[in-house]
Order: sequence, then structure tokens, then C-alpha cells
Amino acid sequence: MPVKYLKETPSQTAGPYVHIGMLPAVAGLKVRTQEKPWITGLKGETIVIEGTVYDGDREPVRDAVLEIWQADGKGKFDGGYAGFARAASDLKTGLYRFETVKPGGFTWHDGRMQAPHVTVYIFARGINMHLHTRLYFSDEEKANAEDPVLRMLPSQAARDSLVACVDPAAKEKTYRFDIVLQGERETAFFDV
Amino acid sequence: MSRPDLFTRDRNWHPPQYDPGYKSTVLRSPRRNLISLEKGGEGELTGPVFGHQILDELDNDLIRNYATDGDAIGERIVVHGQVLDQNAKPQPGVLLEVWQANAGGRYRHVVDGYVAPLDPNFGGCGRCITDDEGRYFFRTIRPGPYPWRNNGCEWRPAHIHISIFGHAFTQRLVTQLYFEGDPLIPLCPILNTITDPAAVDMLIARLDMENQKVFDSLAYRFDMVLRGQRSTYFENRPQGN
Ligand SMILES: [Fe+2]
Repeated sequence: MPVKYLKETPSQTAGPYVHIGMLPAVAGLKVRTQEKPWITGLKGETIVIEGTVYDGDREPVRDAVLEIWQADGKGKFDGGYAGFARAASDLKTGLYRFETVKPGGFTWHDGRMQAPHVTVYIFARGINMHLHTRLYFSDEEKANAEDPVLRMLPSQAARDSLVACVDPAAKEKTYRFDIVLQGERETAFFDV
Repeated sequence: MSRPDLFTRDRNWHPPQYDPGYKSTVLRSPRRNLISLEKGGEGELTGPVFGHQILDELDNDLIRNYATDGDAIGERIVVHGQVLDQNAKPQPGVLLEVWQANAGGRYRHVVDGYVAPLDPNFGGCGRCITDDEGRYFFRTIRPGPYPWRNNGCEWRPAHIHISIFGHAFTQRLVTQLYFEGDPLIPLCPILNTITDPAAVDMLIARLDMENQKVFDSLAYRFDMVLRGQRSTYFENRPQGN
């Protein structure tokens, strides 16, 4: 008999009312006095990340909540929660938006350098367990080509699905990152 | 930096992404395989650390934290438990966030149009951080069941949504707590996305008469288990990949 460990508590969907618990202001609740605005407090070059989550019919998912976890501009992880942020898809348009900094690269567990990237989790009604992906930057071509995780992906299409593109029309430096839950241009999701 | 990795997530224990019994999953479930990374790096094995300074005094008291002229209406309950990892090691200092419907099954949310009335003294949102032994508690009212559009009109059993952070971002978990003895439990298409009855059982809070607050509130106990850390007796690095 193999050794037994406790089983993990099983996941359940965050449901359509996820905002009440995770982003009360979006649900229409008053914000608690100690509520941190869910914007990263990291040092580095200020950027905006925005995009839309799409379902298998290419319809915007308007009830998604996204979380990001990232290093600062020098590739260092803050010991607190400054590298963490949350945003909701707009309930009407589906557009989400983060104000953060561009992370620096840092090493992978085997010592190889990783390209600058952000860890992204997606929660929504109909998602039984949050999805885990990574956002890379289109203006880091050289670092992306060397990145050990991007290189592990099975196809160029999968790699492309993780690269956010600079929006040339935006006033602030903005990267566009659409997430496709299902279908032809499906985003690559991880099991880590 | 090398950090202990986590046990592999058992994807057959968790609900599958695609389950037509719960219609919303049909267009929101990826069709391609998840990409397995053999091991997490610093970005996966670190995570946000929240201190008690983010909490308001009433954050774990849903009976009062959004009240204006009296306590929230409903069956008064205390929910408490311990957060462990798969090695049975207590998880101190982890943030729990909860949200729920009021006693009539109505959410205080701009998109909830259920006919049951809002309770002016109930917001339905709370937070707490586990103590040194991984224990937590919050006070609330028992939420009501509510109807939703799925296979015709279906009814959710009474439930409380729980979001929990571990120490590693990949320990993160969002789930729902159900109440022992609720006859709607076996009928729920969302709970039934989980196939193993032992897994369903882990989501059912137990009536805890010993920890009632006498002449005030019933108690329910709900322990949670986050992913465990592997031992690091031998650091073996795969060569040359
Ligand atoms: Fe719910």
C-alpha cells in the first residue's frame, strides 16, 4: 500500500457573483475601509495590460475575474502582495484592464533565464477550476525565443497565444492580451 | 532560487472543465491539453503574503459588516475550521475570502434579479486570515437556496463561496461550502461536476454542536486542504534539457 496523503479540497466554479467576494465595488457594494485597490504597487516602467476573455463562440466573457502575480521591473518578487493584482471583465463590454509595471526576467528552477512574464489566473462561471496561463511581451522577442517555458509549448500557435502585443494607438504604454478559452485560437493553459 | 515543489494536482479528483450537466462549462472549457510544467519556478512557488493590516475589524462578521440599522436577518451561524496542506501541516497566515446570498437566496450584486428581497443589513462578503495553527472563523447567516437557469430551473443548495490563498500561488483554490443534510445537495449540477463522492464529502460543512455560541449561533466546521509540498531530501536536477 502506498503512503496516503490528504486529498486536496476540490475546486468549484467561482460563479457569476464572484465580484461580491473578490471585487466588491464591481458588484455594487461599498468598498471596505482597508480595501487595497487591486493594482500592483511594484517599481518599474508603468504599463497597462488590457484585453478580453472569449468563449468558444468568440463571445466576450463578461463575468470573468483575472488575477496576476509578477516580479518587479528588476525581476524580483516582493515579499508582500505588491506583485499581486485583480481585475474584472467589464460587465457590459468584457474588457479587463490592469495598471502595473513591466516585470524583469528571472531564472527558471533549473537556472535558465526566463523572459519577462506575468502569471495570470482566470475565474468565471462555467470554469470549474481556475485556469492558469502566462503573459509574455511582444517587444521581448529575443528573450521570448530563449524562454524555457515557451520552448516547451507544442506549437508556434500556442506560443503566440501567450504573447501580449503593444497597442500602437494607446496613449499610455499598453499591451493587449486576449484570452481564448476554447476553439481555434485557444490560449495555452498550464498545469503546474 | 530553489523552493520545494508541490504535489501534482489530481485532475480526476477536481471537477473536469467540461461537463454538459452544467451548461456554462460547454463553451468555457479548453479543448487542448493543459501544458504540464514538471516543476514550478519562483513565479509559481511564491505568492502574495497578506498581513492582518488589510483586514477591518468586522471583515469576518457578515452579520454586521454591511449592516446599517440592525443585524442581518437569518439563521445565525459561525463557520470555522482549520486549513492544512496535504501533509497535514497547518497553514497559518493565509487569506480566505467568502461571499454568499442572503437568507432568502438573493445576492447583493448588480446582475442578480431574483425575486427574493435584499436585506438592507447584509452585504454577503467577508474575509479572514488563518491564525498560527491555520484556524479561521467567520460569523454569518445561513444563505438560502436559489433558482438558476440550467436544465430548466434548477436550485442551488445553500452554499458559501470560498477563495483561499496558500503560500505558493499554485496552492490557490476557489471552492464552495455546503451544509450537512441539505436535500438539494444530490440534485446540484455544479456539485455533481465532481465525480468522486469522497471529494463531494470534503465540501460539506458539519454541524458542530460543541462550538455553538449558546443562545446565539449554531456552528459549522469546515476544514480545508491545500496542495502539499514535496520533501526536498535530494535535489535532483534533470540533466541537459
Ligand atoms: Fe452562489
